[in-house]
Amino acid sequence: MWREASALKLELRGITKRFGSLVANDSIDLSVEPGEIHCLLGENGAGKSTLMNVLYGLLQPDGGEIAVDGEPVRFGDPGDAMAAGIGMVHQHFMLVPVFTVAENVMLGNEHVRAGGFLDRARARREVSEMSSRYGLDVDPDALVEDLPVGVQQRVEIIKALVRDARVLILDEPTAVLTPQETNELMEVMRQLTESGTSIVFITHKLREVKAVADRITVIRLGKVVATTSPDASESELASMMVGRDVSLSLDKEAAQPGEATFSVRDLCVVDDRGQLVVDHLSLDVRRGEIMAVAGVQGNGQTELVEALMGLQERVTGSAVLEGHELVGRSTRQVLDAGVGYVPEDRKVDGLVPTFSVAENLVLDLHEKRPYAAGPSYRPAVVREKAAELVREFDVRTSSVDTLVSTLSGGNQQKVVVAREMSRPLKLFIAAQPTRGLDVGSIEFVHRRILEERDRGNPVLIVSTELDEVYALADRIAVMYRGQVVGIVGPDTPRDDMGLMMAGVPLQHAASGQPDARSDSAGGAP
Amino acid sequence: MSLVRDLRSRALSGGGALLTVLALVLALLISAVLIVFSDPDVLEALPYFFAYPPDTFAAMWESVSSAYWALFTGSIVDPGAQSVRGFFAPLSETLVNATPLIAAGLAFGLPFRTGLFYIGGEGAIVLGAICAGYVGFAWDLPIVIHLLVAVAAGLLGGAVWGGIPGLLKARTGAHEVITTIMLNYVALYLIAYLLTTSAFQRPGRSDPISPVIDASAQMPALVPGLRVHVGLVFVLIAAGVVSWLLTRSTLGFRLRAVGSNPDAARNAGMGVGRSYVEVMLIAGALAGLAGAVEALGTQRTLTGGISAGLGFDAITVALLGRSRPLGTVLAGLLFGALRAGGIDMQAETGTPVDIILVVQSLVVLFIAAPPLVKSVFRVRAVEADGLAPATKGSSL
Repeated sequence: MWREASALKLELRGITKRFGSLVANDSIDLSVEPGEIHCLLGENGAGKSTLMNVLYGLLQPDGGEIAVDGEPVRFGDPGDAMAAGIGMVHQHFMLVPVFTVAENVMLGNEHVRAGGFLDRARARREVSEMSSRYGLDVDPDALVEDLPVGVQQRVEIIKALVRDARVLILDEPTAVLTPQETNELMEVMRQLTESGTSIVFITHKLREVKAVADRITVIRLGKVVATTSPDASESELASMMVGRDVSLSLDKEAAQPGEATFSVRDLCVVDDRGQLVVDHLSLDVRRGEIMAVAGVQGNGQTELVEALMGLQERVTGSAVLEGHELVGRSTRQVLDAGVGYVPEDRKVDGLVPTFSVAENLVLDLHEKRPYAAGPSYRPAVVREKAAELVREFDVRTSSVDTLVSTLSGGNQQKVVVAREMSRPLKLFIAAQPTRGLDVGSIEFVHRRILEERDRGNPVLIVSTELDEVYALADRIAVMYRGQVVGIVGPDTPRDDMGLMMAGVPLQHAASGQPDARSDSAGGAP
Repeated sequence: MSLVRDLRSRALSGGGALLTVLALVLALLISAVLIVFSDPDVLEALPYFFAYPPDTFAAMWESVSSAYWALFTGSIVDPGAQSVRGFFAPLSETLVNATPLIAAGLAFGLPFRTGLFYIGGEGAIVLGAICAGYVGFAWDLPIVIHLLVAVAAGLLGGAVWGGIPGLLKARTGAHEVITTIMLNYVALYLIAYLLTTSAFQRPGRSDPISPVIDASAQMPALVPGLRVHVGLVFVLIAAGVVSWLLTRSTLGFRLRAVGSNPDAARNAGMGVGRSYVEVMLIAGALAGLAGAVEALGTQRTLTGGISAGLGFDAITVALLGRSRPLGTVLAGLLFGALRAGGIDMQAETGTPVDIILVVQSLVVLFIAAPPLVKSVFRVRAVEADGLAPATKGSSL
């Protein structure tokens, strides 16, 4: 019953979209040939998502037109776009967690049997068929909430395919995936294009672009700056994206580590569900070095950092910073002990969205002099200090009174980093410091973190992005199920890291000396 | 909870003053229909509507215009009055009604800005009235001092009643909506019980009523011969303090941060639980002030019905005022006027006073559903305003 998806050529001609005075898309031309993977590359805020929302009927363009197989079309809503064969997988999945895969796939597209019963069998059959045809390996009867993120994403893809999508838009699909899952997704993408489906792949990760793209369109500040082939080098692509030359690899000086001023011993954390999520973890960080905690998301890294910051309730063990115990202290006391902390998710944990840039910059210090005089808060002083920090950290904002929620992700993160570095520090902790940031901001944040190291502070970074770990770390602690599998040098090969992240300890794990080599991943547990 | 959040964000952002005015106009229009069809004259003319429509229309016009005119003369000024004092008497009544509404409205609005849905105003009003009233009739203190001590007792009583659910929330996570509703019942039965004890019951009376408040503890009238009293001044000072607290104090900074994003506040070292306790103490004190002005200024005695649903009307006042102190004062004045005028309206035109409740409810309903009002009035500007951030958020 499944006809082979007929190929479809999609063209965007001169699409313009304005929000007030902001031109998010400025007469953008884009054509997607049948069966190609077309990468849309651009920094956050360049207008990629806006363009795709126009294409998917979520936004109406102010100018230009969309053409399918040469015929101009108008998409009033996503239903029109779907009917024309366009499917979209959003960055944040639109799935009902307590439904099965099949139920999610049929949602909004329910077939009814005689008597008003839902045709679940048909939905299950569709899922199985799609799953086997494209090697997606999805069980139609599994509950979505039980599935790993990578599989949930494939459910989204199946949803689009079942609705006959012949052009599939993937909006930052790899942001939530582990390296392995990313490879699997790329495999799926290739399979899809072989059967004639074309894919618009939105991303800002150059490595992925080079790996899968047939053609690349680079967007900057709402305009197409280039359409190119994947032969272009990463640094060429990066400078097109940012508009200036950027150095992709951080050329950093070798660390000059001093004595270990921060030691974690036998730290255990029990979470709300009673699970032991950090399991007798011990770790030393020396002055002037960056210790990166690597690992697949959900192996206790978040809880480790929260425990250090006084944000977890059931914590045992110790964490000593220059002779002061941090475990059992309140967050306030930990901050006052000289810890700078960039939380994992700036929107959820780092910023107050209804506050201005200035107010967010003193979130931790608002009760202290000179920002407060007794019980009263001194906005004038705060604004002055904020203006200084905005300059120093290159936060792009029209004024310090601008609501922080209107800033781009990169600038929001700069606000958080600026705040956390504006106190005298003895330890700097950052969790996922550059998640969702563009190349330019990543470079900036990394430089700042290095400066903190070079100032002689111990720095602890938690990141699930291996690129970031390699770029920053002087030593790497790999975490798996709440434990440190091993502490290795930054020259450990990616494959070995991948194995350690899956819980396989290296037999000859590097002792932590930057020059120590680890050989192949031999030792199975 | 998500419903509360949604309501909260709408009430805080909303579409501005224009939307509020339009909501009021719409509420008055719909209420006019109810007035028309509950008027016996109109109902009499209706059966021969097709034979002679002018009769029906005349009756309708007469009905609505006289009701709303009575509402006006009962709440603002009375042009037919014999004396200057009589001319302004309706305004005085409006202020008397508005005074506790503003205080209790502030008591809802402040926790609301901190992310709490404080339904316990009613109970704290009762406790404030009990404490202020008891000091007022049972203690013997010099003039001025007596009043101040009584008011302070009211604040304290309310603060305790607000602090309990605050503490429960901070320590155990008990939801404030549940605990405050329950404490409302406790307060209502507490006053009912106290008024049967010898310490509270007026000697020689068998019904639940307290002795009259001593003259030294009564709130003096602002204008001799009119009912508006010093309580209004207390309440306006409270509004000023709350305004300062929210915009100019470190405490307010923390409360707003906790209200907007408790996780970020916690990460920045703010005590979220402590903030809940503090804001509930203050809110309770504000509601206690409402109880004190009722006991010492308006009613000058304690009865079981001292709060009379004030705590709940105050929620609508605060929502209408977008939980901001100035907005709450204005909304309190509006509701005070509706309450004062409604009594006259019933007396003079026979229009049931319950119409006022309909107006109040509709206003809040429309405030909570801005798209409804916008579509009725085709407000374009407001819509564009509301849309921009949403699309921006999804596109960046």
